[in-house]
Amino acid sequence: MGHRTYASIPFFDGMQHIELLSQYLVAGITYGTIYAVVAIGFNIIYNATGIINFAQGEFVMLGGMTAVMLHTLLPLPLAILGAVIITMTVGALIEIVFIRWLTSPAVLRLTIITIGIAILIREIALALWGTGVKALPYFTGTAVTVISIGDVHISPQVLWVISISAVMVVILHFFFTYTLLGRQMRACASNRDAARLCGISAKNMVTLSFVLSAGIGALAGCVVSPITYVQYDSGTSLAIKGFTVAILGGLGNSMAAIAAGLILGILESFSIWVMPTAYKDVIAISILLLILFVRPSGIFGNVEASRLKEF
Amino acid sequence: MSILEIRDISKRFGGLQALDNVSFTVQQGSIKALIGPNGAGKTTLFNLVSGVLEPDSGAINFNGSPIQGLKPYQVAACGIARTFQLIRLFPRMSALENIMIGRHVHSRAGFVAGMLNLPWTCREEKEIRGKSLEIMRFLGIEGMAESEANSLAYGQQRIVELGRALACEPKLLLLDEPVAGLNMRETSEMAKLIVKIRTAGITVLLVEHDMTLVMNISDEIVVLSYGQKIAEDKPLGIQKNPEVIKVYLGEEDA
Amino acid sequence: MARNKYLRIAIFTACVIAIQIITSFAGKTPYLTQLTMAGYYSLVIIGLTLLMGYTGQISLGHAGFFAIGGYLSAFLTTYNLIPYKDKLVVTWLAKTGALVMRQDLYGRDILAVQPWAACIAAVLVTIAIAYVIGRPVLKLKGHYLAMATLGFGTIVYKIVLGTGLLGAADGLSDIPGFRLIPGLEVSGKAALRIQNYYIAWGLVILGVTLLTNLIHSRVGRALRSIHGAEDAANAMGVNTSQYKQNIFILSAVFAAVGGVFLTHFNGGIGPSEASIMKSVRYVAIIAIGGMANLWGALSMGTVLNFLSLRGYFGSYDDAVFGFILVVIMLLAPEGLLRTDLFRDIRKRFQHKPSQEEQSP
Repeated sequence: MGHRTYASIPFFDGMQHIELLSQYLVAGITYGTIYAVVAIGFNIIYNATGIINFAQGEFVMLGGMTAVMLHTLLPLPLAILGAVIITMTVGALIEIVFIRWLTSPAVLRLTIITIGIAILIREIALALWGTGVKALPYFTGTAVTVISIGDVHISPQVLWVISISAVMVVILHFFFTYTLLGRQMRACASNRDAARLCGISAKNMVTLSFVLSAGIGALAGCVVSPITYVQYDSGTSLAIKGFTVAILGGLGNSMAAIAAGLILGILESFSIWVMPTAYKDVIAISILLLILFVRPSGIFGNVEASRLKEF
Repeated sequence: MSILEIRDISKRFGGLQALDNVSFTVQQGSIKALIGPNGAGKTTLFNLVSGVLEPDSGAINFNGSPIQGLKPYQVAACGIARTFQLIRLFPRMSALENIMIGRHVHSRAGFVAGMLNLPWTCREEKEIRGKSLEIMRFLGIEGMAESEANSLAYGQQRIVELGRALACEPKLLLLDEPVAGLNMRETSEMAKLIVKIRTAGITVLLVEHDMTLVMNISDEIVVLSYGQKIAEDKPLGIQKNPEVIKVYLGEEDA
Repeated sequence: MARNKYLRIAIFTACVIAIQIITSFAGKTPYLTQLTMAGYYSLVIIGLTLLMGYTGQISLGHAGFFAIGGYLSAFLTTYNLIPYKDKLVVTWLAKTGALVMRQDLYGRDILAVQPWAACIAAVLVTIAIAYVIGRPVLKLKGHYLAMATLGFGTIVYKIVLGTGLLGAADGLSDIPGFRLIPGLEVSGKAALRIQNYYIAWGLVILGVTLLTNLIHSRVGRALRSIHGAEDAANAMGVNTSQYKQNIFILSAVFAAVGGVFLTHFNGGIGPSEASIMKSVRYVAIIAIGGMANLWGALSMGTVLNFLSLRGYFGSYDDAVFGFILVVIMLLAPEGLLRTDLFRDIRKRFQHKPSQEEQSP
């Protein structure tokens, strides 16, 4: 059960050292970006409803798996588009079928329902696609293509992950800040009754939040699948890590989620240096527990504000 | 002999100074009322005494010992019991069971004893039940012992909550707006009960808005306004106090 | 009242006996194996019912405690200490009678902890862990609490899955039988099937009796008061955080004991016992049985676990419980969630008089 320590790396010399470090860093950033996107999905729904949507991780899984399935019929860009649209539809359906008609929704009850929904989605995925791992082809090049920046060699897919995620974040920011619809959603999140009085349909805002979260999750799932592969149960650990990141940055704070995601991704990546890979997930969860116990409002969260939030 | 001493108590919530250097004492065996306009800091003071909140500065002494900073259950063990402004009964338990909880500080059966149902715990349970029924008789509500607390009328619930506090055998009873929402007949019944409680030797500190009740049964009154004590006197003196009149009725136009 | 509460237990005992007789008579003795396993799972369920139903604390990680009990007793009774024969700790343990020399499946000599000592050790460790994580976890509310317990369960799962000493993905096997007293042994031997059925269900009956006593005692009343109005309970002298922690520990112990016994009965344990799906299963059973309803959870749990163990749900095992969870939460979330609902509404409408709303 040996673990790789820094000293046990063969041919230790300056060059390899930096190269290894940078590989870990790149891996950390890649995963961290995905965690951040999942966390942002959590935040969108949380801000609109106060619920923690456990099925968030499943949206990522669905995006990847559906895209792979569609790719057998369609060219890659259309397959991805199709997957995103289908997942968004699933998100809307979930909201309409399970959440919408509850007239006295206690958030804990809804959160538990989303856990059940996540399980059901996972089982349906198992029935549809079996236990095999799947992946989309690399967007540009192949598995062995590398782009070299100095001594650092990274796959172009990593750049795709980072750039697509960045574009998503920018578009979301633009949407929430400058478009009417986005501002309506924020109004609803802030004060539902006042928003209703202004003619904003709260129910539709909630559906929209699910659709958005599903969409960004699906896209993230597509773009990262060549690197990480997707499996019917990929969603579960993503959900936990995404939630950890969301809490770390302060629930509801999507900008902080980005930073928190990168922090978790990098911490996790470098943890391989000091502990067996099998325990990698334990890092994320330990951080989650630590944050929950010590500072549930997150690193960047406002302590007073989080105490006022109702659960 | 002062049973409760509030000394230079201050409490701030963000930008709001809820209490500002408030001091007063409560004599043993008396009924003291705490009055003042809404927002004056009365319930905050209660929460400080009963341990729900901690003061920013100052001291609260009960029978000579400091109690500020103690947790609510510890305050209860010292001999202080309270009722709440918005009734906080245990909704799905019967009236009797609600009152039996009040006996918690005077009983011992723990987890192991409870699970094994030892003979002494059975005896203790009978004792708890008996004492609680006694209190219900004292308050005249023994008829509703088995009714679910939820199903009782508002006025009855208030009395049950009083009974629960009495079951703690407190030396000091904190009543937070005991007659809020009660009609005239219920109010005078409650007033009689409070006096009966004082006669039994229990000190009462109450917060109230009903001036008639306050003037009728209190031995002394403390008036708060915007977190500051503006008067402390016997009822007659309070009625004539110009500061108090100003606070309640506003300044006379010149 | 005293007669009433024991009546149900008596009826239950009669049912247990009846089922055994019927099953043996019908020649379906293999069914007894699944029924015995269902019994040990029921131990977890009744402990968890107490926690969730009577104190309103949700736990999505209780399978973790089951696994801690099971894996610890499995590990201790199979780890060969012969290589460490001369170490001080080992000789001291041998002196206290905690060790036993036996032969394993392949006839090799091994020196390992004997089952009783392993069981006690497992329970003590469980208490310690529940104590340590209980305090901070129980301070959390609502979905923070759910997440923290989920996180705990996942950590236990990942640890047992990833640790070679604990068998990694294959788990531990070749666990010896657990001789309770001469003549009574917890093990999977076919000849002892009926005996083991009664050991399992005897344990459940004992557990139910203890918990029924507790619920009707001063402590039970205090627990219900915490569930009803925690701040008022506190004001009446109930040390609410201590009580919640004690219940957490008690429910953890029930789960761990279930784990220990099931491991000896099955002769092995695998990481799936610690999985989140198992924890969700327990929660779903309690939800469908009625949150604070010990008997409901017990009966639903037995039926569902039995069906699941016999394979009636096929590969849709997890889906069934996930489905149950969703449906129950949607349509009939009683008890635990009723009160949260109540508090939720009260908080939103502070100025309105508090009246409980009926859920749809």
